[in-house]
Amino acid sequence: MRKIFWNRLLQAALVAWGVGTLTFVMMRSLPGDMAYRIAAGRYGYDNVTAAAAESVRTELGLDQPAVVQYFNWLGDLLTFRLGHTMVSGAPVIGEVQHQLGHSALLAFVALFFSILIALPLGIFTAFRQGGWLDRGTLFVSSLLRSLPVFVVGLVLILLFALELRWFPVAGFGSVRHLVLPALALALTLAAVSSRVVHESTYQVLQSGYYQFARLKGLDNTAVFMRHGLRNMLVPVVAFMGVQLITLIEGIVMLESLFSWPGIGHGLAHAIFARDIPMIQGAALVMGLAFVVLNALIDLVCYSLDPRSQLT
Amino acid sequence: MSTTEQKILSRKQWAGITILGLLALFALLEWALNDADPYQQNLIRYFAAPSWQEPLGTDQFGRDMLARLGAAVRLSFALSLLCVVSAASIGTLLGVVAVWGGRSADTALNLLVNTLMALPGLVLVLLLAALVPGSFLMLYLALSLILWVEYFRVVRAISFSLKSSPQLQASYLLGFGRWYLFRRHVWPNIAPAIITLAAFGAANSIMAMAAVGFVYVGLKPPTAELGLMIVELFPYYSDAPWVLAQPLLVIFLLVLGFNWLAGRRHPLANEN
Repeated sequence: MRKIFWNRLLQAALVAWGVGTLTFVMMRSLPGDMAYRIAAGRYGYDNVTAAAAESVRTELGLDQPAVVQYFNWLGDLLTFRLGHTMVSGAPVIGEVQHQLGHSALLAFVALFFSILIALPLGIFTAFRQGGWLDRGTLFVSSLLRSLPVFVVGLVLILLFALELRWFPVAGFGSVRHLVLPALALALTLAAVSSRVVHESTYQVLQSGYYQFARLKGLDNTAVFMRHGLRNMLVPVVAFMGVQLITLIEGIVMLESLFSWPGIGHGLAHAIFARDIPMIQGAALVMGLAFVVLNALIDLVCYSLDPRSQLT
Repeated sequence: MSTTEQKILSRKQWAGITILGLLALFALLEWALNDADPYQQNLIRYFAAPSWQEPLGTDQFGRDMLARLGAAVRLSFALSLLCVVSAASIGTLLGVVAVWGGRSADTALNLLVNTLMALPGLVLVLLLAALVPGSFLMLYLALSLILWVEYFRVVRAISFSLKSSPQLQASYLLGFGRWYLFRRHVWPNIAPAIITLAAFGAANSIMAMAAVGFVYVGLKPPTAELGLMIVELFPYYSDAPWVLAQPLLVIFLLVLGFNWLAGRRHPLANEN
């Protein structure tokens, strides 16, 4: 338990250091004199003088050696002083908070949909191993996992927005805007997770303790609820940890495709606009969210499986 | 070596090899036989229907789609091959080093791996792509950097259980060299997992290159790259759906081919 906590805390620190270092290098590798650039941002391009640039330089410590600046940069990062975006001038922290909420909504709904698809389908096909539904889902899943998530989203747009006109193409505002991006992500997630549910359930059904519980005379529902469900859930929840990567990458891609105002959209736009404070804020928050979610999965696995609590 | 090669490939793996073989053949034949330049614009002939001159029609700038698809498939194959070979050799080497190189090497390598795994792969690729925009070299380095971790973890896990096995100890005591020990005892045990990982890694690198191209932070236009082609052709869907369908189909077939070639489940899929 304590080990989980320290490992993930170390990872969070490594994320902050990695993102901070990369963006620092990015900042230093931009062309031109940084003091002049910041002065131009503050006073307008027509009002930049050598004196203004010098005052900026001393104020921000830009005349100090690179190593000192590097540690200042990391210090700012650790105290969450993320600066202002270069595009609109708004504080990065506010922008990121705003975007994180939208992303969390999309991720949560997508995850919910994917569980709604994968869990019943996986369990049902495990009871009918080799049946037509089992072979059918296996085939569909193998096709679906060969499509990058943005292609799934694109096909849904073509089908349900442009041809059938059931849902808006892109944007944000009503529940209808949420359906297509969430569905695209849910399909991509469920393509793999439904098979994991299937295999995990099938293994439980074949096991000695399950067969014994049936022989005791328990009926199908009781034996699955009492002996099947919890055992079958442990690998499934652990797999959700592996799928977190798919979830976050899917968020980045689908938000860009659907113009969903979330953090992935923010990151892609910031990179396109070379808006370094924003890149740093978005990547940092995304990395930290990834670590926190991983820690949560660890905790759920820990509480689901009493065997892991012995050590 | 012989133990792994005796195993007969499954039907699915043959299907994967067939798809990839046909795509490679297409890319090579296109390169050898088609004279059209993938970058030559012809603005009068935008979205021309398929003809003998342009068997797959032309895109929004009147560029020959056959030539562009051929170039894009060659680019995807080249990148995936480069990434997989680099990642597999570095990952295997470091995995072996972690097991036999002493405790401090193992600790240092695990710290490095933990750092890399703390960020989702695509985010790291996006950050590195932002460092040097539009560079194939940077894309290759970034993808290899996230892919080698998988080989490292698998090789380390398998080698760790092999380290104290009787057969390896016996060979070591007989005085065989490191290279012989690796080839005779370690490689046959890790080879199946490495080959599966390589197939998945190729599929992943193709999808990742298309993904960064799709959000405009990967390679720059006018490069014929699948993700870029999709995002550029998407606005013209109602004018020319068949042109948009071409890169979509090609990326699907590429990834499907590699996924089927992998044949088995991902070696790390069941790991907590």
